[in-house]
Amino acid sequence: MDKTSLGHHISHQFNVALEDIRNRVLTMGGMVEQQLTDAIRALVNLDTRLAETVVTGDYKVNAQEVAIDDECVQILARRQPAASDLRLIIAVIKTITDLERIGDEAERIARMTINLAQAGGDDKRNPHYYIEHLGEQVKHMLHDALDAFARMDAEAAVAVWRQDFKADQEYEAITRQLMTFMMEDPRSIPKALDVMWSARALGRIGDRSRNICEYVIYLVHGKDVRHTSIEQMEKEVREQGGR
Amino acid sequence: MSSTEGTLPFQLTTGAETPRAAAGKKEYIVPPAAVIGTEEPASLIDIPNPKIVIRDLSFYYGKYRALEAINMQIAEKQVTAFIGPSGCGKSTLLRGFNRIYELYPDQRATGQILLDGVNVLEKRQDLNLLRAKIGMVFQKPTPFPMSIYDNVAFGIRLYEKLSRAEMADRVEWALSKAALWNEVKDKLKQSGARLSGGQQQRLCIARAIAVKPEVLLLDEPASALDPISTAHIEALIDELKSDYTIVIVTHNMQQAARVSDYTAFMYLGRMVEFGDTNTIFTNPRRKETEDYITGRYG
Repeated sequence: MDKTSLGHHISHQFNVALEDIRNRVLTMGGMVEQQLTDAIRALVNLDTRLAETVVTGDYKVNAQEVAIDDECVQILARRQPAASDLRLIIAVIKTITDLERIGDEAERIARMTINLAQAGGDDKRNPHYYIEHLGEQVKHMLHDALDAFARMDAEAAVAVWRQDFKADQEYEAITRQLMTFMMEDPRSIPKALDVMWSARALGRIGDRSRNICEYVIYLVHGKDVRHTSIEQMEKEVREQGGR
Repeated sequence: MSSTEGTLPFQLTTGAETPRAAAGKKEYIVPPAAVIGTEEPASLIDIPNPKIVIRDLSFYYGKYRALEAINMQIAEKQVTAFIGPSGCGKSTLLRGFNRIYELYPDQRATGQILLDGVNVLEKRQDLNLLRAKIGMVFQKPTPFPMSIYDNVAFGIRLYEKLSRAEMADRVEWALSKAALWNEVKDKLKQSGARLSGGQQQRLCIARAIAVKPEVLLLDEPASALDPISTAHIEALIDELKSDYTIVIVTHNMQQAARVSDYTAFMYLGRMVEFGDTNTIFTNPRRKETEDYITGRYG
């Protein structure tokens, strides 16, 4: 599809509505990114206050999802969009579902942080440091996925998809570290489990960022690449790229 | 397209023999360069079982060339929709199928329209027989100024000698097929002109199918009807396609999306894109098609 603009419809209002929807998705994406950034920072620093703002802030993300969904339904009912317009609406509806879930995962991490902080103990010996690196990776994935969406760039989407392999490896490494940690000191098991759940949440965020990339490829090329291999996905994007 | 190096990116079955005889062997036909500003051929799909094959069809109104080297296939017992802006040639193309244009001087077609492998454009074709095989329904309902019964029986009498009872059966069959029987069975002697617009259009469809055609051409069949009558006609199209090959011209793109299996987008007398309806409406290949169906045209 034309990457430069959603505009050029005969109907000016339709242009405005589509542009508005895309902007709202990016706004929502920005909010979710902020929630995730704060959740990770709160966890690494065991900052209870910051974690609480993440927990209380989740409703804003939810409200955005509902509002955008509503706008999409109205466009479907009133405009009967076709081709790239239709694919945009479908991609938006699916993207915001994943964004909302990412928001939920951020909230989950914040709740774990509050648990960990309340448990107290020697900070330096706590296992939460382990996930800082994974957190950074996942944050980048989400950022790049939203960037690919904003620019409607299928190739960038494939690149993000690739990053998820590294995130998966990182998650496995954390799991091994935490197991060692628990074996050394069984009293640390409750804490280690909280960290484990947080790592799990980050892993899920990586998966959901990857989903968003799949919607971008669908939006741009009209190809559904879910449940295919990375090789298949790259092939589709390469072949369509010439069009 | 980068994926097609070394082979032609499309293939068409020739219509020289009957489609069935030709089904085993494929022949590559180079598309006309006429496809607007493009390297890609307009017709990207191969219809497995075409009822009608159109090859290099051009059409002239006097000196004006209204169709330029159209190549396409119409699938048997499926609905094919022609869409495009006014004056793009979609009705002209439809009117070629049964040579109804010959009613007017100065209109002529070149190329081939093969119905089951036989070129209908050949002079020696019997026009009456052709039009019995290819029925047509127009934009405005055109009931004859006679009773509902006679409207349907009129065409049958031209082609067949039926007894009274057989004729009554056939009329009932046609009206039932057109989803009109229940509404008119008690007033068959009443004038067809006294029916509502939607009923009149279904009467015209009944009249067209009464002679048991193989192909049904619908030229904007619902554009003068209200949404309920339109829904009836669309339901009817769906019903009829199990027995007939249907070609519909429509300005209403949602209608094309709802009723058709294949869609052809025409512009300035050329076939810009032809493909299965799902693809055309979700992921068209050509920018012209995309712009038209998303309302960016203009």
